[in-house]
Amino acid sequence: MTVSLLDHDVLQATLDHALRGGGDFAEVFVEDRRSSSGRFDDGRIEELVSGHDRGAGLRVVRGDTTGFAHTADLSPAGLRNAAEAAAGAARGAGGASRTVGLADRSEHPLDAGVVAPETVDKHRKVEVLARADAAAREGGSAISSVAAGYADARRRILVANSDGLLADDDRVRTRISVQVVATGDTGMQSAHEAPGRTMGFELFDRIDPEDVGRRAAQRALTLLEAVPAPSGRIPVVLKRGAGGVLFHEACGHGLEADHILKDASVFKDQIGAAVASPLVTLVDDGGYGQEWGTLAIDDEGHPAQRNVLIDNGVLTDYMWDIVRARKEGRAPSGNGRRETYRHLPMPRMTNTFLLEGATEPDAIIRSVDFGIYCVQLGGGQVDPATGDFVFGITEAYLIEKGEITRPIRAAQLVGNGPDVLRMVDAVGNDFDTWTGMCGKQGQSVPVSSGQPTVLVREMTVGGTAA
Amino acid sequence: MTGDDLLTIARRVAGRARDGEQVEAYVVRTRDTDVEVFGGQVESLTTASVEGVGVRVISGGRQGLAWAGSLAPDVIDETLTEARDNAEFGQPDEWVGLATLADVNGAAVPHLDLWREDLESIPTEAKVRIALDLERATKDADPRIRNVESASYGDALAESALANSLGVESRNRRTTCSASAVALADDGSGTQTGYGFVAGRTVSELDLDSIPRDAATRACRLLGARPVPGRRIPVILDPLVTRSVLGVLSSAFNGESMLKGRSLFAGRVGEQIGAPVVQLIDDPTDARALGATPFDGDGVPTRHNALVVDGVMQGFLHNVYTGRRSGSGTTASATRGLGSAPGVGVRALRLEPGAKSPEEIMVAAGEALYVQSVSGLHSGTNPISGDFSVGAEGLMVRAGAFAEPVREVTIASTLQRMLLDITEVGSDLTFLPGAVAGMTVLIGEMTMSGA
Repeated sequence: MTVSLLDHDVLQATLDHALRGGGDFAEVFVEDRRSSSGRFDDGRIEELVSGHDRGAGLRVVRGDTTGFAHTADLSPAGLRNAAEAAAGAARGAGGASRTVGLADRSEHPLDAGVVAPETVDKHRKVEVLARADAAAREGGSAISSVAAGYADARRRILVANSDGLLADDDRVRTRISVQVVATGDTGMQSAHEAPGRTMGFELFDRIDPEDVGRRAAQRALTLLEAVPAPSGRIPVVLKRGAGGVLFHEACGHGLEADHILKDASVFKDQIGAAVASPLVTLVDDGGYGQEWGTLAIDDEGHPAQRNVLIDNGVLTDYMWDIVRARKEGRAPSGNGRRETYRHLPMPRMTNTFLLEGATEPDAIIRSVDFGIYCVQLGGGQVDPATGDFVFGITEAYLIEKGEITRPIRAAQLVGNGPDVLRMVDAVGNDFDTWTGMCGKQGQSVPVSSGQPTVLVREMTVGGTAA
Repeated sequence: MTGDDLLTIARRVAGRARDGEQVEAYVVRTRDTDVEVFGGQVESLTTASVEGVGVRVISGGRQGLAWAGSLAPDVIDETLTEARDNAEFGQPDEWVGLATLADVNGAAVPHLDLWREDLESIPTEAKVRIALDLERATKDADPRIRNVESASYGDALAESALANSLGVESRNRRTTCSASAVALADDGSGTQTGYGFVAGRTVSELDLDSIPRDAATRACRLLGARPVPGRRIPVILDPLVTRSVLGVLSSAFNGESMLKGRSLFAGRVGEQIGAPVVQLIDDPTDARALGATPFDGDGVPTRHNALVVDGVMQGFLHNVYTGRRSGSGTTASATRGLGSAPGVGVRALRLEPGAKSPEEIMVAAGEALYVQSVSGLHSGTNPISGDFSVGAEGLMVRAGAFAEPVREVTIASTLQRMLLDITEVGSDLTFLPGAVAGMTVLIGEMTMSGA
């Protein structure tokens, strides 16, 4: 598989063409994405699917306006047409034309050790699913339905822009998911487990498919015994890993520069202010390990980097893409991301982590007289303009007199970002991450979040128990 | 880009089926325009055309699929080859198979007028002006509007064709357009947001004046909102919220979920699952619905499907596969993306409207929570167990009028309980983008958690 999606001359000519009628900035983003997936349901492999998507997105920025066009036609003529459409949309007429000088390409080939999906026999992908399915069914006769999914994607991108940037990236992501339904006297309960990494098939050297199936099954069985969740404001302990999504929603989105520049974030004008408990240090790190949100360069060609957003409770920076950074006359932070070449980039999180504290996790649980202990969350949502956010719990337990007791049924937790950040009363000395897809303005990108065990003094739990 | 007729392309692929093999091709082409404005300027303007092909091959009861975002002949060849290869790894399933002429014959094809010729000829400048005017009108709609977070216009001309090697063919095209604005209101008590939007098949069908009014009203009436103490309380759902709740509920009527042990209504056909006022219908033959379509994702002509009549469950929705396996036959409810085998889903789900207006429902409710918007619908709600818990904001209702605004509360129940607890279905049927219509609905009791 060749990594040169387009050659230097074609990229340069396309950029020159895009700026022929003037413009402040032009960019060509080329993407080639091959994916494969399999679905194992009802005890049999139901389907294998292969996908191939390839094309280029062209944007031209003039003043505050971005013109955007995309095409699946990567011929010089196809790119020229798209460049004209983008320039036309940016009202490019008038102004001086420019010639772009591209730098040497900054290359980011697949890491050594990555087992590329196209080299893996499809039987092995099917086998992974069969193993997860069989392990889940070992949960016994109460396990009434198992569905397992496998998905991999190899995404090669190439970015060139009128600042002379030229960079490529070659990433592989692999994920396995298992959904289990258990049936008992209380009806049906379902549970889900879906770990993924920015890795190839070697993922399964690290993650055991049987373990994924067993955990999903155990969770569904546990939920059969669950009591209704409490209703009202009570302390909430988040197990390591599980609660990263809390910070993703409570403040992550509100620290994305597009919301800030539109005056649509509660964190605007708060740089330097104490916005959180001093126990809170939050970073977004696109270069961290092989997490689900890890990348070498972002979708604007900027290298991934570690950005400290909140330092011991004090807000230090927002997350930036090129367009918003240009407005403020600063450098982007490696957070310009897009779902595909058909989408415009915008500031997005990558791997967002609350850093470890000093407290033993057990001591945190023991400190709570009555509250809930969240082991798995189902995702969340926020309105950055008000800071009000929610997240759903999919595995949680009551804490009674410092002990974890009965499991509780699914429920929503609601809070307000700035309020909850100040109510972080303890941060554990453990750490784990969580794999998820983050949706924003119709675009979905892979992210991870991570945190130690955390105690939030009080949140509203939306259960049905009196 | 090729200018070839989509059905011709699909037929060409289907015609390449070998002996003992079934081949189906689904081909799409969409042209989009999207305008976002901010601060009196065009923030972004996107014009694009997207094409793609999805190929399904069935051989010896084994199914394989492949898709590509291009209609170039060499890409289509590669896609067919990949789909064939993937079928090798499937496991035989006696019910797997493409739609046959027997599935199609006898079903009248609904005549639906879903295409508006004029949308194509509206100049981009006019579309940009719509968004700019919207932003200004939203800003001016109320002195408490401090900013407009976003104002946008978008449209799409979508065409698709399907052909299979058993002789089933279908062709579909439709136009849609929509416009929206998000208002930020502040009177010193903190920011509140409000959303206004409209959708239709062409610009002249959009009631653009309603957007600034709705966005401003919805933002301003929440000013000063606070959590209120939790209690059990009647809940009035705004049409947008009803739409979202019905969307979650719809999976319980999915024949595939039923067959695979994932429907909370399995085994309940003929039983009372809702209050007597509940009439639930999926009718893709109703051209007013934006999800209307003459053919489903298997290529079978669509029809009116009653799911609940007077609170009694009538049946499940099926595609060709689940219809055969369950013995019920297809209800022409196959959904379809390029990259997956047909699923089952609703396209034009709605409740039959009742007699009362939203105002009359507010009077009937007594003290109630009016829910303007919900959040976390897909994180705290489990359509398999039925557990339902969402974040909510809205207003208290007393004596038929809005009272204090409320935020940062949750409302909880179960989907099963909510259907039985519906006491009023409003007359204000509102067709919305997506597969579900909304209206005002009164639920007798839910648990509200708050301060």
